Amino acid sequence: MRQISLSLSHTGDDGFSLRIECQVPASGVTAIYGPSGSGKTTVLNALAGIQPASGNSTIQFGNEYWQNGTQIIPPWERKIGFVFQDARLFPHLNIRQNLEYAIKRRGDESQPSFEEIIDWLNLGDLLNRLPESVSAGQKQRVAIGRALLCGPRILLMDEPLANLDHAARRECLHYLQRLRVELDIPIWYVSHDIEEVSQIADRLLLLENGRLEAQGSLIDLCSRLDTRLSHEEQAAAIVTGSIQHHDTEFGLTEILVDEQTLLVNHLEAPRGQQQRIRIPARDVSICRARPQDSSILNIIPVQILEIEATGGSRVLLRLSLGDQCLLARITRKSAEVLQLTVGDEVFAQIKSAALLSQATKGSAQ
Amino acid sequence: MTEGELGAIWLTIKLASVTTVFLLLLGTPLAWWLSRRRSNISAFIESVVALPLILPPTVLGFYLLLMLAPQTALGEFWQKLTGSQLAFSFSALVIGSVIYSLPFVVQPLQAAFSRVPHGLLQAAATLGAPPLDQFLSVVLPLCRRSFITAASLGFAHTVGEFGVVLMIGGNIPGETQVISIAIYDQVESLQYGNAHRLAAGLLLFSAALLFFLYRSNRQSFWRLPE
Repeated sequence: MRQISLSLSHTGDDGFSLRIECQVPASGVTAIYGPSGSGKTTVLNALAGIQPASGNSTIQFGNEYWQNGTQIIPPWERKIGFVFQDARLFPHLNIRQNLEYAIKRRGDESQPSFEEIIDWLNLGDLLNRLPESVSAGQKQRVAIGRALLCGPRILLMDEPLANLDHAARRECLHYLQRLRVELDIPIWYVSHDIEEVSQIADRLLLLENGRLEAQGSLIDLCSRLDTRLSHEEQAAAIVTGSIQHHDTEFGLTEILVDEQTLLVNHLEAPRGQQQRIRIPARDVSICRARPQDSSILNIIPVQILEIEATGGSRVLLRLSLGDQCLLARITRKSAEVLQLTVGDEVFAQIKSAALLSQATKGSAQ
Repeated sequence: MTEGELGAIWLTIKLASVTTVFLLLLGTPLAWWLSRRRSNISAFIESVVALPLILPPTVLGFYLLLMLAPQTALGEFWQKLTGSQLAFSFSALVIGSVIYSLPFVVQPLQAAFSRVPHGLLQAAATLGAPPLDQFLSVVLPLCRRSFITAASLGFAHTVGEFGVVLMIGGNIPGETQVISIAIYDQVESLQYGNAHRLAAGLLLFSAALLFFLYRSNRQSFWRLPE
């Protein structure tokens, strides 16, 4: 499979230094995740060529060099789509003209068609309006459409949802999830919001201070104890399962995760469909024996794989659920009272599980 | 109106038009370069461009006259190329006027260019537009009004110049005698009535031009993001 190879050694004007080497398959959604100032946007801008990395950096897309030291292919020859945080629609052109701007410059590429994009992103009613008269969420949808209409070989997105309010964010995420399923070009997605990333990413590049802290599949990285992800307040494991049964009486849906059944809020989706579920570490508690009179519905047998003291009063547990993993954050006191050790078979009580998105091929493991 | 007066009006319009074309051709890339660079060199160029704003036209005209004289390199080159003398010719007036009116074109353009968000050009680049395309498809339309302003100011300022023309053009009817010189000529020979015709005409023209310029700048079709 085609790879994207980065070897960046960049020093910014402000002294910020970035040293990153990685190879990523040119498919699926790769999220660049890290706190602000970790160099996420620098990586994306170097990949796009709008702010080439300095020094001896090389960037390879397949067997094509986009940057080889000082030899740099300019962005307009890379055939990329870029969605900026602030949409950057041309203020003197209406929405239709903004979209046509991309079509006029895409050469002999004929896909995707104007009508297809209008339909996908539901832009039909906006075409004759000026960018200043549409909402932030609509602007971002147009920006996504415009980026796709230039017939890109890769779609780069720099925190596309960061400027949106909650409702617009949800709506835009819905469109992005659809794109993820329908597009067969790689997407690189910069974000500092792990919930957002969990919804659409297949793969993570974890950045910290200009260095690559870890790289791997979203599901693996989320449940590993040796990265920053599992130590954040909103740490959560992600598991995938298939829809088994709809319980219409109670408005619940049963999802089969590695032989175990999880009950979640009713979901409008066909049986057998693969689904991602996000389970926050703070919502998982541990019992030695299966509680009989609990209001919590999801109580499943697991095995303790790792225990890590996170400092202070709490410990983090990594639990196996078949081939998949859960995280549990409990107090250090409970861990001692229950005398938890690695290898113990215990029960995990799951207080909440958030459905994320339809899982695509390849993202399951 | 006498034939001489009509000739002066025609010559003035011709001079201002030719000068404006050269001003835009020269001023646009210069203003673009100045708006994108911050260095000692650009500050120096900027101050040289602005010099005509404060120098007496006679100073500028005096040095231009020395530069354009037949015995200088430029003068000699011109003589060889065209077979005629450069000083006291229409071409000398164009050269002088371009230098004299340059700040009136460069400054509004530079101000407009620096308001164009760099991000829009980056967006254009990722959509497949090379730099010249970016300029023509994004910068030019966004700065359209400033181009109109710059061209009008350049034109009007050339129409109104006197000192530089007198120094390097003299007062040759049909070749270098523009309206302002003709008025001076008429006043010198105490033909106040004739002087009134030209002077009032120039006054009305300039007032009307500025009025339309300021009025159109107030109602813009779209605003540039600040």
